Amino acid sequence: MKAVITVTGKDSVGIIAKVATECSKCDANIVDISQSVLSEYFAMIMLADIDKLNVPFADFVDLLASIGRENGLSINVMHEDIFNTMHHI
Amino acid sequence: MVNTKDILETINMIHEENLDIRTITMGISLYDCVSEDEDRLCDKIYDKITTSAHDLVSVGGDIEKKYGIPIVNKRVSVTPISLVGGTLSPDGYIKVAKTLDRAAKVLGINFIGGFSALVQKGMTRGAENMISIIPEALTETDFVCSSVNVASTKAGINMDAIKLMGGAIKRAAYLTRDKDSIGCAKLVVFANVPEDNPFMAGAFHGIGEPENVINVGVSGPGVVSSAIKRAGDCDLSELADVIKKTAFKITRVGQLVASEAARALNTPFGIVDLSLAPTPAVGDSVAHILENMGLESCGAHGTTATLAMLNDAVKKGGVMASSHVGGLSGAFIPVSEDAGMIAAVERGALTLEKLEAMTAVCSVGLDMIAIPGDVPEDVICGIIADEIAIGVVNTKTTAVRVIPAYGKGAGDCIDYGGLLGRAPIMEINRYSPAKFINRGGRIPAPIHSLKN
Repeated sequence: MKAVITVTGKDSVGIIAKVATECSKCDANIVDISQSVLSEYFAMIMLADIDKLNVPFADFVDLLASIGRENGLSINVMHEDIFNTMHHI
Repeated sequence: MVNTKDILETINMIHEENLDIRTITMGISLYDCVSEDEDRLCDKIYDKITTSAHDLVSVGGDIEKKYGIPIVNKRVSVTPISLVGGTLSPDGYIKVAKTLDRAAKVLGINFIGGFSALVQKGMTRGAENMISIIPEALTETDFVCSSVNVASTKAGINMDAIKLMGGAIKRAAYLTRDKDSIGCAKLVVFANVPEDNPFMAGAFHGIGEPENVINVGVSGPGVVSSAIKRAGDCDLSELADVIKKTAFKITRVGQLVASEAARALNTPFGIVDLSLAPTPAVGDSVAHILENMGLESCGAHGTTATLAMLNDAVKKGGVMASSHVGGLSGAFIPVSEDAGMIAAVERGALTLEKLEAMTAVCSVGLDMIAIPGDVPEDVICGIIADEIAIGVVNTKTTAVRVIPAYGKGAGDCIDYGGLLGRAPIMEINRYSPAKFINRGGRIPAPIHSLKN
C-alpha cells in the first residue's frame, strides 16, 4: 500500500529533508518524488510505501500536516486508492 | 502508478471545488424491536440503534483521514416507525420519536430518518396515529426526520393523506415558529419514495432491505461546474461527455468510501446515490452549473431542458462507476441549500411554477421552498397534489418540502444556517383548490401502472 504526500507552499531550505525525516521516523519508505519550483512556489508529490508504518495511518497524516503548519506549507497525505479509483477503470 | 496530473486534479476537486461525500447513512431494521409495551419498544429501538451504529461516526472519521476527503454527514435511517409502532397511541409515537432523538445524540450523528409512514393506498390506524403527531414530534426533537409516501404509480394518489399532510405542514410551521418554522425542513411528502435513500429528510430503511446496510450519497456540483467552465464553448454532445466523465470520477470516490465503510462496519454495502447535492457554500451550486451551461439565470426559459440534460449525463456517468446505484440519484434543486437558486429567486427569475416544471426532469421535487406563513392549508395541499401527480404519471420519485414560514411574508427571509441554508420567501398563486382537495378519496393509478 502506498500513500501520496503532496507538499505545496513558499520555497525554503530543507523542505524535502523535513518531510523525509518524518517519513523515516514512521518507517514510511519513499519510493518516488517529483518536485518543481515555480518562481518562489514549491510543489512536491511524494509516493511512500506505508506497509511497515509504525504508527496508525491517521496519526501519520496528522503528523505531516502539523509539520506543514509549522513551516507554512500545506501537506496532504492520502491513500493512493482514492487516485487509482477515481482515474482508472 | 498514478500520474501527477491525476493527483493534482483530485486534490483540486477536494480543496477548491468542494468535492465531498455528503453522507454515509446506515440503514437499520427495527422489525425485531416490535413489542406490545411502548416502554419496552422504545428500549429495544434505542439498544438496536446504538449497538448497530456504535462505530459509524468513528469509522467515518477514519475514512476521512485515510483518503483525505471530507465526509460531511453520518446518519442513520430506520424502518418506517408506523410499521414498527403498530397501534401505538399518538403519545406512544412521540415517545418513540424522542427515543430516536436520544439515540442520535448519543451516537453523535447528524440526523436520523424513518419517522415515516407509507400510505399511498390507505392508512392503517398506526399510520394515522403517527401522522397525527408528526408536527409535535418534530418540535420536541432535534435530529429526527419524517417522511410520508402519499402516492405511487402502482397505487395512485391518496388525497386523504395529502389533506392530512397539508395540515401537518402548517402545524409544524406554527409549532416551530420561533425557529423560522424549521419543523417543515425535517418533513417530506413523497410519491414513489425510494427505500434506500441516504439523504435527509426522506431517508428510511425500506421494507425489503436487509438487517443493516450502508448507503452513501456523494456530492460535487462544484466539480461539475468547474469542468463545464473549462470545457469552454463546445457543443452540447461534448458538454454531455464532460459531465459524464466528471460524474464518473465523483461516483467512484463514493463507491470507494461505501465499500470501505461497509467493510469496517461489517455491514453489507447497499447503494451509492448519484445525486448532485448542493450546499449554500460558494461554488457548490446546481443553479450555477445550469448557468455555466449557458443560461443567463437559473429559471430562464430553457432551464428545464438544461437540467434534463445535466441530470441524464450525471446518471450515465455515475452508473458505470458504482456496482449498485439507488436512492434518489439525480440533481437536487433545493432553494435554501443552493446559493445560485437563492440568487435566482431574489432576482425574480425563478418561480414556484418553474421549479415544478424542473422537478419533472430531475430527482426529488419542490425542496426547501419558503412560502408566506398565511398561505392557506388547501393551497399547500394543491402544491403537494400537483408535485405528486408529476411523480405518479412519470413513474418517478417526487417530493415536497415547503416551509410556510409562520408570521413572515413575501420579501422576508428564513435563515437556518449550516447545510439547510437560507431562503427568500416566495409569493405564490393563492387561488383555492379547496373543493377538489376536500372531495377526498384516491386518484386512481394511471393506465401505465398496468404493466404486468
